Amino acid sequence: MASDTISITVEFTGGLELLFGNKKKHTVSLPGASKTKNPDITFLVNHLCENLMQDSRRELFVLDGGVRPGILVLINDADWELEGEEKYELQSGDHVLFVSTLHGG
Amino acid sequence: MPPAPCAICETNRALILRPKNHQKLCKTCFINVFETEIHNTIISNKLFSRGEKVAIGASGGKDSTVLASVLKTLNERYDYGVKLMLLSIDEGIKGYRDDSLETVKRNAQQYDMPLTIVGYDELYGWTMDQVVEQVGKKGNCTYCGVFRRQALDRGAATLGVRHVVTGHNADDIAETVLMNLLRGDLPRLSRTTSIITSTPSASVSDDPNSHTNIKRSKPLKYAYEKEIVLYAHHKSLDYFSTECIYSPEAFRGSARALIKNLERVRPSAILDVVRSGEDMGKLVPGASNSCAGECGGKSQVLEEEVGGCGSSNSSALGGEMAALDKQFGHNEAAEMDVLETEIRLKPKSPGQENGRDISKELRRPKNSRSKNAPTIEKKSIRQVMGQCSRCGYLSSQAICKACMLLEGLNKNRPRTMVVGE
Repeated sequence: MASDTISITVEFTGGLELLFGNKKKHTVSLPGASKTKNPDITFLVNHLCENLMQDSRRELFVLDGGVRPGILVLINDADWELEGEEKYELQSGDHVLFVSTLHGG
Repeated sequence: MPPAPCAICETNRALILRPKNHQKLCKTCFINVFETEIHNTIISNKLFSRGEKVAIGASGGKDSTVLASVLKTLNERYDYGVKLMLLSIDEGIKGYRDDSLETVKRNAQQYDMPLTIVGYDELYGWTMDQVVEQVGKKGNCTYCGVFRRQALDRGAATLGVRHVVTGHNADDIAETVLMNLLRGDLPRLSRTTSIITSTPSASVSDDPNSHTNIKRSKPLKYAYEKEIVLYAHHKSLDYFSTECIYSPEAFRGSARALIKNLERVRPSAILDVVRSGEDMGKLVPGASNSCAGECGGKSQVLEEEVGGCGSSNSSALGGEMAALDKQFGHNEAAEMDVLETEIRLKPKSPGQENGRDISKELRRPKNSRSKNAPTIEKKSIRQVMGQCSRCGYLSSQAICKACMLLEGLNKNRPRTMVVGE
C-alpha cells in the first residue's frame, strides 16, 4: 500500500457548494494508507469539514457523525450505498460527488 | 466490493440503488425505468388528453426541470399530442428568483418550449422583497403562497391553458401528509394527496377565459426526490439549487428531516406515507371533493408550493390560513353543508351507514372530475362558490384571500390580517 498522499476530486452540487466557498469542484489530497487501509469516506468527510468548509454550519453537511440524510453521495458516479457507504476506501483519482436534494424544487 | 451488474440489462455496472425496491440499475436502464414509471402514472390517471395545452409550472429547480425534460421526452416517445409550455412566476426576490429565472430561460431553449413569466409586481403591485420589507420574514410565505396560486392560474388563463402541471414529488407529498397529520387536518390531508385537483368551477363556468377553472396535476407524485436528483445528474440537466432567502420554515423543515431520516432507515417509507395519506384521505367524509372548489382548489396550493420554494416555504400557511378562515367563519359550515347535502341526496344504496361507503360516494365526483360531474355536486358547489368581488377569482367569500392580503398590505397594517387569532 502506498504511504504517500492520494489525490481525489470532490464535487458539491445541489446547493452544497455554498458551504464550500461557492466552488463546486475541489482537488483534495489525503494522507495515504500508512497502515493497511486507505482513507475511507468517513475520513474524507471529517477532512472536508476541518479543511475545506468555509461555512460554520457544519450540521448542514454532517449530522450525528454521518453525512446528513438528504445528501446523496456518488462515488465515481455510483450511489455510495452500492460501494459500502462510509466504509468505502478511497483510491487515487476517485471522484466523489455530494449532491443535496434538500434545496429548492 | 465487486461492482454489481444492472438488474435489468445484466451487462452494465449498476450505479443506482432504487429506494423503492432496492433494485440495482445501470444509468441507461435507470433513466428508462424512471421515464416509464412516470408514463404509467400519466396513463393510469389519464392526466392528459390529445390536443391539450399544458403549462409546466417551472421554477428552474430540480423538480420542474426534470418534469419538463421527462414530459418532453414522453410526449415525443408516446405521442400524447399535448402542447407543452413553461410558465414561471417571478415573485420579485432579488438574488434568488432572478437567478433561477435565468435557468428557466435556458431550459426554454434547451427543451424548445415557449416560456411565459408572470410577475407579482405586475399582478399585485408588490414584489416579495417589498412585502417582506413591510411584514418581515415571519409569515411572508403566506403571501407568497396565496399570490402564487392565483398567479399560476392567471398566467395559464392568459395563455389559454387549462392545465398546469407541477413538479411535486413523493417526498413533498409525504411531508405534507405528515404535516397535516401533525396538525390534525385530515380534510386537507385528503385534498393534498390527490394527483389531480381541479376547481369545480370548471363545470360551473362556461367562460373560456376564466382563470378559475384550471386543472392542476402532479405527474411526479410517485417519484422519489432522490431519483429526481439522480435523473437530473445522469442526464446532465441544467437546474438551479439555492434555497429561497426568505424560507426559514421550521415546521416543514422538521417534517422534511423526519422523512429523510426515515428514508435512510427504510427507503420505502416515503411511498408508504404517500399511500397511507391517500388511504386516510378516502376515509375523510366530505373532504375529498365536494369542497374541492372552495377549500381544495385554493387552500390546497397554500399547502404545496410550486417550484423554487416548494421545499420549505409553506409550513406556516396552514395555521395562518386557518386563522383567516376562522375569521371569516364560512369554511367549516360550508363543508358541512356539502356533506349533508350529499348524504341526504344519495340515501338509496344499501350499506351506507358505514363510513367508508359514504366517503366512497362522496369521492365519486373526483373520479369523474370532468365537465359531467353529477348535478348534485354542482348544486352543492353553488352553495359555497362565488367569485371575489374585486378580482373575480374563485372564492367562497366576497373578497378572496389574495385581495384580503393585498388590502392589508395596501393599508399598511398587514399584521391584523395575518396574525388574527
